[in-house]
Amino acid sequence: MNTNEMKQKAKSPPPASGAETLSEHESMFRIITKKFFQNKLAVLGLIILLVIISSAVLAPWLATHDPNAQSLTDRLAPPSADNWLGADHLGRDIYSRILYAGQMSLWVGFAAMLSATTIGVVIGSIAGFFGGWVDAVLMRIVDIIISFPSIFLLITIISVFRPAPSMLIVVFGLLSWTTTARLVRSEFLSFKEREFVLAARTLGLPTRRIIFGHILPNAIGPVIVAATLAIGMFIIAESTLSFLGLGISPPTATWGNMLSDSQDLTIFLTAWYYPFFPGLMIFITVLSFNFVGDGLRDALDPRVMEK
Amino acid sequence: MVNNIEVLENEQHEIVPGQENILEMQELKKHFPVKTGVLQRTTGHVKAVDGIDIAVKKGESFGLVGESGCGKSTAGRTAMRLYEPTEGQITFDGEDISRKKEKDLFNLRREMQMIFQDPFSSLNPRKTVGSMLAEPLKVHGLYKNQNERKEKIQEVMGRVGLNPSFTNRYPHEFSGGQRQRIGIARALVLEPKMIIADEPVSALDVSIQSQVLNLLDDLQDEFNLTYLFIAHDLSVVKHFSDRIGVMYLGHMAEIADKTDLYDDPLHPYTQALLSAVPRSHPRERTRERITLTGELPSPANPPSGCVFHTRCPHVMDVCKEIVPQMREVKPNQYVACHLYE
Repeated sequence: MNTNEMKQKAKSPPPASGAETLSEHESMFRIITKKFFQNKLAVLGLIILLVIISSAVLAPWLATHDPNAQSLTDRLAPPSADNWLGADHLGRDIYSRILYAGQMSLWVGFAAMLSATTIGVVIGSIAGFFGGWVDAVLMRIVDIIISFPSIFLLITIISVFRPAPSMLIVVFGLLSWTTTARLVRSEFLSFKEREFVLAARTLGLPTRRIIFGHILPNAIGPVIVAATLAIGMFIIAESTLSFLGLGISPPTATWGNMLSDSQDLTIFLTAWYYPFFPGLMIFITVLSFNFVGDGLRDALDPRVMEK
Repeated sequence: MVNNIEVLENEQHEIVPGQENILEMQELKKHFPVKTGVLQRTTGHVKAVDGIDIAVKKGESFGLVGESGCGKSTAGRTAMRLYEPTEGQITFDGEDISRKKEKDLFNLRREMQMIFQDPFSSLNPRKTVGSMLAEPLKVHGLYKNQNERKEKIQEVMGRVGLNPSFTNRYPHEFSGGQRQRIGIARALVLEPKMIIADEPVSALDVSIQSQVLNLLDDLQDEFNLTYLFIAHDLSVVKHFSDRIGVMYLGHMAEIADKTDLYDDPLHPYTQALLSAVPRSHPRERTRERITLTGELPSPANPPSGCVFHTRCPHVMDVCKEIVPQMREVKPNQYVACHLYE
């Protein structure tokens, strides 16, 4: 926090017995949204994401074909009035498959983010709040997990078990909570010595209430940012695995396994639209998540609160 | 500032002699371990509070003064049991609280409250004033009826000079002085017997300081409060406290009634501190200015013997070796100094 600013504030004009004029009443939420909407890239990212998410949700109504229906006469057909974005090597409509693939990719991204963030927040809070040996043990576990080369671990686990979406989500969650845990822990370390937390203790508030009601709401800003960026990261991770043939297995479409299916020189040379559109979707989606994440980072910056 | 606080000067709280102590600290020590290296081995201790004896009488306002880093805040926080005492005993209302576990301290929390120094970091930025005041009531099961609780909150807010209609506002919407009033309201809402005020005005603008001090003074009369008032500024304490304890580097130097301490300070450190207080009246006799040389030694490595000997103008050989004990040099005036043995 800016000390000069605070000093200035403390020296604001003297009050007439507490009935001074106040700044306009504004809730925390309004300040944050206002700040967020001032960031044009973040708003653009949010709009694109809303479009992508709703198109994935509305896929059954927006799709022109059954995503898994093969039509051998249309193999690698170029974009046309019938196949808007062309057809793949089995004659399936790329446009329809992209819509359904979006459902799967976004679902994996969101769910993995939720599991990683939940584990990270709980472990980070405990480590940061209680400190001592609890902290030491938990942080060494974090170090161990971080020191694994996660891509190899992923490949091993997934080749042993069947690569179902739920499996992917669990594995992503178990391997990626460490960043959030460290983030939350460091926030807790700084907040637990703050006077408002000491005040909560002097009031006799139970530990659970202090952690979840007092510290966490103040520490949640960076977590939301990290979580937003993590969704993009998980979409990429899922695509990477699918690309290696270890992701969600066909015929269920994901953007990653569509890309993977199109890895063939003849397809590259003759049907550019096959790898192009799924790739474009991954690119746009992840980029939008990153824009939104950056916008949230600025908007949730606690210094903004102290106007 | 001095003029603003003048109002308070003539007010003395009635202290009946032999009155019972509400808070006692006996031989209280709080050492913080210094950890270094990868293995976090303890390589030393910061002796923030190193054996102090303080007894605060019911209904009085006890001022604890000393320069920054002398351990006065640590003493207050340890008395409040925010810190685990390293050694010694804390007695509140006849009950030993020095070894109690957090959950056994729950009832104590209603009796003893704290006002913090920095009104900017002492309020949770994500909570409205109303919820800040409602939470302790809920947790302690007081005013269970929602309307009663609301009434109580508005009453407390009104009492500390805040507009009761501001319950839904967040801390950032208030000025420093108002925030400190919120802090006071929070300390008052559980109706404690005792309040530890940790430099409650030192972060405030001078013109607001006197308002807050006047408020604290009025509240003391109204609710029969006892204050342990921590300050680094003798002029603030002068108008506010009945008795004053002077602290230096984790030790008590002198404890006396306010008038005695100001009229005839005995400990060389108290003398030096008092000589630094600006005169409040042009015709007041000028004191000789005693300037202390050197820096405050590190509490991680305090000097041997009397901790003040490195800066004391009257230093003797004995001071370097033997720790002086507190003794009653004049009635009710306790000094820890070899000059008076």
